[in-house]
Amino acid sequence: MSTTPHPDPLPRAGEGYLGPAIVVDKLRISMSSGSRTDIVDDVSFEIAPGEVLGLVGESGSGKTTVGLALLGHTRRGVQITGGSVRLGDSDVLKMNDDELAHLRGRVVSYVPQDPAAALNPALRIGTQMREVLEAHNFGAGAEARTQRVAEMMREVALPDDPAYLNRYPHELSGGQQQRVGLAIAFACRPRVIVLDEPTTGLDVTTQAHVLGTVRDLAAAHGVAALYVSHDLAVVGTLAMRVAVMYSGRIVEIGPVLDLFRSAAHPYTERLIFAIPHLTGGRELIGIAGRAPSPGRRPPGCSFAPRCEFVQDRCNAALPELRPIAVGHRVRCVRAEEVRGHMQRQSTNGVHEERASQAAVLTLTNVNAGYRRTTVVHDINIELSRQECLALVGESGSGKTTLARSVAGLHSIRTGDMLLNGVPLANAARNRPREQRRTIQYVFQNPYGSLNPRRTIGHIIRQPLELFGSSKDIDKKVAEMLDRVSLSATYAERYPDQLSGGERQRVAIARALVCDPQVLICDEVTSALDVSVQAAIVDLLASLQRDLGLSMLFVTHNLPLVRSIAQRVAVMSHGRIVELGPVDTILKSPEDAYTRRLLSDTPSLEVALETAESG
Amino acid sequence: MASGPSGSASATVERLTPGGPAAQARPTSAPAVSPIWGFIGRRILLGALVLFLVSIVVFFATQALGDPARAILGRSATPASLAALREQLHLNRPLVEQYLTWLGGLLHGDAGNSLAAQEPVTKLIADHVVNSAFLVLIAGAISIPLSILIGSYAALRRDKAFDVAMSLSTLVFAALPEFVVGIMLVVLFATTVLHVLPGVSIIPPGGKPWDDPTALVLPVLTLVLAVTPYVARIMRASMIEVLESDYVEMARLKGLPERVVITRHALPNALGPTFQVIALNLAYLAGGIIVVEYVFNYGGIGSELRDAVYNHDLPVIQALAMLIAGLYVVLNLLADVATILVTPKLRTRL
Amino acid sequence: MSVLNPLVTNEPPLVQPRRATGVLRQALTLGRTRVGVALLIIVGGIAVFGPLLAPHGPQDYLGLLPNQGASAKALFGTDHLGQDVWSRFLDGGREILLLALAATVIGLVVGVTLGLLAAYTKGFIDDALMRGMDVILAFPSIMLALVAIATLGPSYWLVIVAVGLTNIPRVARITRAAAQPIVERDFVAAAEAIGVPRLRILFVEILPNVLSPLMVEGSLRLTYSIGLIAGLAFLGFTPNPNGADWGVMIQENYVALSVQPWGVVLPVVAIAFLTMATGMIGDGIARAAAGIDRTRSAE
Repeated sequence: MSTTPHPDPLPRAGEGYLGPAIVVDKLRISMSSGSRTDIVDDVSFEIAPGEVLGLVGESGSGKTTVGLALLGHTRRGVQITGGSVRLGDSDVLKMNDDELAHLRGRVVSYVPQDPAAALNPALRIGTQMREVLEAHNFGAGAEARTQRVAEMMREVALPDDPAYLNRYPHELSGGQQQRVGLAIAFACRPRVIVLDEPTTGLDVTTQAHVLGTVRDLAAAHGVAALYVSHDLAVVGTLAMRVAVMYSGRIVEIGPVLDLFRSAAHPYTERLIFAIPHLTGGRELIGIAGRAPSPGRRPPGCSFAPRCEFVQDRCNAALPELRPIAVGHRVRCVRAEEVRGHMQRQSTNGVHEERASQAAVLTLTNVNAGYRRTTVVHDINIELSRQECLALVGESGSGKTTLARSVAGLHSIRTGDMLLNGVPLANAARNRPREQRRTIQYVFQNPYGSLNPRRTIGHIIRQPLELFGSSKDIDKKVAEMLDRVSLSATYAERYPDQLSGGERQRVAIARALVCDPQVLICDEVTSALDVSVQAAIVDLLASLQRDLGLSMLFVTHNLPLVRSIAQRVAVMSHGRIVELGPVDTILKSPEDAYTRRLLSDTPSLEVALETAESG
Repeated sequence: MASGPSGSASATVERLTPGGPAAQARPTSAPAVSPIWGFIGRRILLGALVLFLVSIVVFFATQALGDPARAILGRSATPASLAALREQLHLNRPLVEQYLTWLGGLLHGDAGNSLAAQEPVTKLIADHVVNSAFLVLIAGAISIPLSILIGSYAALRRDKAFDVAMSLSTLVFAALPEFVVGIMLVVLFATTVLHVLPGVSIIPPGGKPWDDPTALVLPVLTLVLAVTPYVARIMRASMIEVLESDYVEMARLKGLPERVVITRHALPNALGPTFQVIALNLAYLAGGIIVVEYVFNYGGIGSELRDAVYNHDLPVIQALAMLIAGLYVVLNLLADVATILVTPKLRTRL
Repeated sequence: MSVLNPLVTNEPPLVQPRRATGVLRQALTLGRTRVGVALLIIVGGIAVFGPLLAPHGPQDYLGLLPNQGASAKALFGTDHLGQDVWSRFLDGGREILLLALAATVIGLVVGVTLGLLAAYTKGFIDDALMRGMDVILAFPSIMLALVAIATLGPSYWLVIVAVGLTNIPRVARITRAAAQPIVERDFVAAAEAIGVPRLRILFVEILPNVLSPLMVEGSLRLTYSIGLIAGLAFLGFTPNPNGADWGVMIQENYVALSVQPWGVVLPVVAIAFLTMATGMIGDGIARAAAGIDRTRSAE
C-alpha cells in the first residue's frame, strides 16, 4: 500500500467540469493466440457524469468484454489490441499494472454479474468491504474507514451492525450479496462504474430494489455508469442512452426513447419485437439463424444474413456508424427506412379464446415435497384438451416441483392426479407405458438435457424405440426435425455443435416424436437469448395449435405467458394464489402477490411511457 | 509409487465452488463453535467403525483363510507338529472366540507373542515404531512445505519454464515405484556412479536413528520423492482453479495489490483441498516405508512387517496391520477437520 | 408466424464431435503422450518378445562364475547363480506385465460397476458401498497384498486378486465422483421419465460420459499395479521364485550391487521406463480431455 495518494485523473464533479467522465474510442479486442481474430471492433462511446449508458446485446456480442476493458482488464486468452479508454487526460489502456491497481476500485469500479462467486467464500463481508478502502488509502485512518463501511451498508439498505459484517457471503441471500457488491463498488466514490448484468438470477422484486439502489446512488454521487445487459426492459427503465451491440460492434447508439420508439437498425427493431409485451397483446417474433462467432463474420454488415432489409450493397462493405438524429448514430445503409418501418408497426392482439373442452389432466389436493418439507400445497387444477396453462412464479414458488410431479420425475407426492380419468402413479417408472408416452417433458437447460455422446438422430429416436413402433423410425425422425425447423443434416451432428436454441428445438422434437397428449415445458426459454426465446415460444405455440396438444408452461417470466397460454396460474410459496384467463390476470389481477409481481416486473412500454411523460 | 493415495476415507467435503444465482440465505448469528465438536465426534465414531471392520478383515484374512499352521510349518510338516501348533495357537477354538480373544488383547495393549521370536509383540516392535515414525516425520516435514511452494509457484508462473519443468518431473516421479527410486539413488550416490553416501542404513541394536545422519539422507530423499510430486501437482491444480475464480478476478478489479490478492484471497482457498491430500500422503508414507526400509535395510516397522510376512508370524502381522490402519484413520480424521476449519461455508452448515 | 423462413443457417460445425476416440487422438498430438507410447512400445516389446530373442535360457548353466562382468557369452555379465543376466532380463517382463494388466482389468470392471451403481442409486446403497470401499482403502495397497500373501502364499491368482482388490475402490471412487454430476443432468432424468431400463441408463447413457476420467484412471492403475507387483517380487513374494521376473532379479542380485550392478540396473531401468510410459500416456489423456472441455465451455 503506497502512502502517497495517486493523482486523480479527473477533477471532481461540480467544479465546473462539463466534459464526459469517460471516452471510449475505437476499442478493439482480439484473441491472444491463433488467428488473432477480433471479438470486439470499432467500439466508441462516451458517458457523462451522472449518466447511465445501457450496453445491450445478446450472448456472444462482446458486451461483457467491453465492460471489463473500461478497467483495463481482459479475461484469459483475450487482449486489447486497439483504441483508447480516456478518463480526462489519461488513457487506461496505456497504464502499467501499478497505475491500473490504483485506478480500479477507486476511479473506475466494477459490479459483477454473479455476486455469490465474486465474494471470497472464506472471508467475512466486512473484511472484503474494508480492504478496498485500505488498498486505496481512503479516509484519514482506521476509524474513518470503519465509519465509511457502516455508511456504505446504509447506502445500500443493509444492516450496519458489526454482527452482520461478520457474516460470510454464503450466509447472505442473493440480493444481499449483490448489494454488498454494489457497496464495494461505490465505496471509494468512483467516477465511473461498470455494472455487468447485476440482476441476473435475482427474483423480480429483489431486482427492482437493486435497480432502484443503483439509480439513486449513481444520481446522488454523479457517477457515470455503464450498464451491461441483455434485458431491454431493465435497460429501458434505468438508462438514459442505449448502445446496441451485435457480433462485437456497436450497431446503434442513441437516447433511450428515440432508440426504442424509432429504432434505426434492423437488429434493434427485431430485438424489440422479441420482447414479450406485458400490457398490449402482440405476437412474439424471433430472429432466425444465429450471430456469427468471432472470425466468421461475413464481409460487409454482420447482420446481413439474417436481415429482412438486406440488399447487395450491405454485403459489399461494412457500414459506418453514422448520425441519423440528434445524438443517435446507426450502422446501417437503410436506416431511414428502418426507422419509418418501426414507427408504422402496430400492435395486434393475437389472443384466441378456445372453447373449453374435456379435462385431460386433473389434480386434486396435490402436495409434493421432500422428506422433511412440503414444497407444494393443496393444488387443485384442471388442464383441458388443447389448452395451454401457464404456471408462473418466482424461484422457490414450487412450480418446477409441481411440474416434475406431474411428469413423474418427482415422486414424493400425495393427492390424486388423473390422466384422462386414470390415476397416475407417483414415479414415472411405475406408470404404464401408455401413460409415459402421453405425458412428455421439456427441460430448462438445453445444455444438460441432451446426452453429449449421442447424435441428434439417436436422441430423437430413443422414445420411438422404447415405445415400440419400430417401422419408419428414420422417416419419423426426419419429419420431426422438419417440424421444429431443423434441416435433416442435423441428425448426424452432436449436441455441442448446436446453439442453445437449436438444442431446445431438438429437445422439443424428442418430446413430440411419440405423439403425446400433454407437453410440460419447464422454463424452456430461461437459458436462451431474447431473440431465440421468441422463436422457441413461437414454435411451441404453433405446434400446440397444429398438434392439438395440452400444455403446461412453467415460467417466471410473466409477460411471456401472453404469447402462448390461455390460462395462467400464479404460484407463491407452493400455493396457487390466483388462477384465470391470461387477459384478466394480467390486466386486473385480484391477488396482492400477483399485483406486486406485475408492478415489479420491468416493462419496456411502461418505462418508455414514464420517460415520455416526465 | 507402488500404489497411489486415494480419496478421503469418509469425508463428504465439497469443493469450494460458491453457488450460482440467488440462494436463499439462512440468516444466522455468529458461527457457533459447538457444531464442530459434534462433527468431530461423528467422525471419530465413523473412524472407530472403520477400524472395527478392518480388524475383522485383518483377523479373518490371516487366521480364517487358509491354514495358518501349515503356512508356518511348511509343506513337510508332520501331522503331529501341525496338531501341536494348532493347539498352541488356539486354532481349534471357534473363530469368533479367537477373534474376540485377540481383539480383547489388543484393546488391553497385549498383541500376543511373536511366533518367530517368542517375545511379546509390543516389546518387539516398540523400537521399530520409533524408527519409522522418525523417518516419516522428517520426510513429511520436508516434503509438505516443499510441495506447497513448488505447486503454488508453478501455478503463478503458469506455462513458463518452471511450470513446464515441474510438470514433467512430477509426472515422472509420481509414476515411478518408490523402490525403483530408492535403488536408483543407491546406484547413483552409493555404489556405482558416486560413492558419497551409505547404501544401507542399518541401525545397530540399541541405537537411535539420529545417530548417523548420513545414513538417513537417501531413505528420506526417496520418501520425499515419493510424496512431493503428487502433492505438488494437486497444489498447482488447486491454485490454478482458485486463480481463475471469480472472486480472485474481483479482488484484482477492486484494485488490491497483487501481493494481497495472492496471500489473502488465493492461497487460503487453494490450501483447503490440499490438506486432505497432504494427510493422505502422510498416511501413504506408512505403506511406502515397507519397501523403502527394505531397500535400505532400515530397522523400522516396514522391515518388521516384511519379515513377519516372510515368516508367517501372524501376531506381528496382525498388530502391524492394525497399527497402520489406525494411523490411516487418524490422519483422515485430521484432514477432514482441517478442511472444515478452512472452509467457513461448511462450518456453518454443520 | 415469423417473417423469415425459420430454417437455420447452414454453418459448419463449430467443434469436432466429441467421442472417446477423439480424446485419444487429441492426446496423441501431445509430446508427452508420444514419448510415453514410444517407451511403452520399447519396453512392452522387450517384455513380450524378449524370451524369443534371448541368447540363452533363463536358467541355463553357462559354466561361468557368479557375479562376473561382461563377457563373450554373457553381454551384461552373470547373476548371483552364474546365469546370464541379459537372457534373464529379456525373460522377466512378461509376468509382470500380464499380472498387472489382469489386476487393472479386474479393478476397472468391478470398480466401474460399483462406482456407477453408487452414483446412480445414491442413498443407502451408495453409503454401504462406499463404507466397504473405505475398509479396503484403510490399508496401503502393498499391505493388503502382503496380508493376503502371508496367509495363502503367493500364487498367481492370489496376486492378481489382491492387487485387483486394491484397484477396485480407487476406480470406484473416481467413477462415482465423475458420474455424480452426470446423474444430475437432465438427459438422465429425461431417460428416466420415459422409462428407459436402469441398466441401459447406467451403461449407455452415463458410462460414455465418464470415459475420459476413466481412461486416465485406468492408466494410473496400470502404473501402480506394475509398481506393486514388481515391489512384491522385490520383497521376496513372488509366485515363481525360480523364474526370471524383473522384481525377483532385483531382489536376488541386490546384495551384489556394488560388484555387478547390471543384474539390478537393467530390470530397474526397465520397470522405471514402463511406469513412466503408462504415467505419461495417462497424463496426456488427462490433458487432452481437459483441453477439449475448455474449448467447449469458452463458447
